[in-house]
Amino acid sequence: MSILIDKSTRLVVQGITGGEGSFHTEQMIEYGTKVVAGVTPGKGGSKHLNVPVFNTVAEAVEKEGANTSVIFVPAAFAPDAIVEAADAGVRLVVCITEGIPVRDMVGVYDYLKKKNVRMVGPNCPGVISPGKAKVGIMPGFIHRKGSVGLISRSGTLTYEAVAQVTAQGYGQSTCVGIGGDPVIGTKFVDALELFRGDDDTEAVIMIGEIGGTAEEDAAAYIKKHFNKPVVGFIAGRTAPPGRRMGHAGAIISGGHGTADEKMAAMKKAGIVVVESPALIGQAVARILGSKSKKKASVTVAKKVAKAKTRKAAAKSKKK
Amino acid sequence: MKIHEYQAKEILKKFNVAIPKGKVAFSVDEAVRAAQEIGGSVWVVKAQIHAGGRGKGGGVKVAKSIDEVRQLASQILGMTLVTHQTGPEGKVVKRLLIEEGINIAKELYAGIVLDRTTSKNVFMVSTEGGVEIEKVAAESPEKILKETVDPGLGLMPFQAKKLAFGLGLTGDAYKNGVRFLTALYKAYVESDASLAEINPLVLTKEGYVMALDAKMNFDDNALYRHPDIMELRDLDEESPLEVEASKSHLNYIKLDGNVGCMVNGAGLAMATMDIIKLTGGEPANFLDVGGGANVETVSSGFKIILSDPNVKAILINIFGGIVRCDRVAQGVIEAAKRVSVNLPVVVRLEGTNAKEGAQLLKDSGLNFAVANGLKDAAEKVVAALRN
Repeated sequence: MSILIDKSTRLVVQGITGGEGSFHTEQMIEYGTKVVAGVTPGKGGSKHLNVPVFNTVAEAVEKEGANTSVIFVPAAFAPDAIVEAADAGVRLVVCITEGIPVRDMVGVYDYLKKKNVRMVGPNCPGVISPGKAKVGIMPGFIHRKGSVGLISRSGTLTYEAVAQVTAQGYGQSTCVGIGGDPVIGTKFVDALELFRGDDDTEAVIMIGEIGGTAEEDAAAYIKKHFNKPVVGFIAGRTAPPGRRMGHAGAIISGGHGTADEKMAAMKKAGIVVVESPALIGQAVARILGSKSKKKASVTVAKKVAKAKTRKAAAKSKKK
Repeated sequence: MKIHEYQAKEILKKFNVAIPKGKVAFSVDEAVRAAQEIGGSVWVVKAQIHAGGRGKGGGVKVAKSIDEVRQLASQILGMTLVTHQTGPEGKVVKRLLIEEGINIAKELYAGIVLDRTTSKNVFMVSTEGGVEIEKVAAESPEKILKETVDPGLGLMPFQAKKLAFGLGLTGDAYKNGVRFLTALYKAYVESDASLAEINPLVLTKEGYVMALDAKMNFDDNALYRHPDIMELRDLDEESPLEVEASKSHLNYIKLDGNVGCMVNGAGLAMATMDIIKLTGGEPANFLDVGGGANVETVSSGFKIILSDPNVKAILINIFGGIVRCDRVAQGVIEAAKRVSVNLPVVVRLEGTNAKEGAQLLKDSGLNFAVANGLKDAAEKVVAALRN
């Protein structure tokens, strides 16, 4: 298993004929993602990168069975694109676009909640379930299939953490770049909830940064409900208050949203908080290393049982 | 984006939010003329800088005659105002707001901000005006009344009424209050503000409700649809280096340390600053060169970092995902040749073609230290500082 995306993902790319859209569509296809359609209003009926292009998302859903959308549309038009995707009936919208006004996102977020459609982003690198599907702009090759879930507000810092985990010999179940904006579709708590129900995820890395209280909310959730070990890092301990550090949401305001506050809340919730961004991979390795020694026999038993049910299921299907 | 108090009040006035009569002045003569035009017998002379705590710092004074306006204006204009928000170096006052004196009966608070947990706007009021709302929130949170605004419906009349009653307003003052709060919300939403804070919101002895002070910040991402607000940007309030960087589309924030850093991605840039500090150095800046990291961006980055005289060493940390590290290395080499860099430079490249990139740097004949990993990079740059 994995969360959000897997082999059943049928992707429609909104903005497929644009520069960014083209480049990343090629990369996603190369990674093995099933890109079934593209949308560029006015270019319906054509093919781009051998993918059928439609005028509307509704057509892509109807004709190609698209169930997930990724958005590479400029900021001024992205809110419309998100709502169109949700309206057309996809189950997940991943919005890569950076720079969307907060006022627009407040309305879009509310609409998606009522529609019960999940969004990841905006202003994010996307989602990857290594070996299964990549919906986003992250470099596929640094990932490896495995049991570590990753949730992060940042882009390249996520790659850094992934590379560290891979270098330690571990892989990832799913990596979710939730985005650096004040209003995002999937918050830490939402992603944690998904990882909680994912059997293939044995540990989670949570990479936060200054601004807001999403990490504190996540810490409270973890303390109450989460059943897996969590490693955490917060970027921006040296960031001055009142200054926006690149991401629209990364700002310490009114004395709140500091890295120290977040780290303290996370430690209190039992999260293994690393002070240095260079130690994320090691911390995970330490947890999984000791876990595999302790639980090796249990895991093997579980795997055998799973294989058996899988075989049984396959047999019954054949019949 | 931040703006001055007088500018915020001008915007609020357009939305029919009640404010005192006032005028901006850039010189002492203008201040005197403003006071004469406003009329009355009491005026307030207010320093206009982008920082709170101006009153405590001596930047807000009451004048009881035109002579006194002249005297206070000449005293405050040009002074370096130090408040808890300016830092110890303070800010030079270049603009004044001259306002009519108000008969204050009560000081209240009103503020609108996005609640990131619910992704909805929240309207807050308190009877404890004139003090920092964070302090009220910490000491007596029960004195803050909050209304969450439904994004589809906007602020409903019953909510504005609830808030006005919560402020203890009655009679005409209550009606004025409801009008005020409704107009304030409209101003906040329609101008794409990220914060609207009226502290103090005053009830006058005559029963009026008005904004004695006003603070508005705006969503940078929405400025494209508000050219009038964009024009209010005051470059004097920003660090010259940051203004220069923004011209090259670089995201740069100056800090007080000695290790300059250039990174791709905001999160990794912050993490790089953090590890420099953990290793014993002090970061001199935040600089996100974005996804490109090519000759142009790296050259501009070098120029800006080097114009900070405190910088003694530079760390370049690039995680080449989609962008290839050998290309980044070529960019760094070209840029270092173009901008003569005489400080030790540590480069850490990770990701696509990282080895090839490192080799190019080593073969360049330039004085680069090539680091292997984040920890090594921080250690090497801090060591360079000590040599």
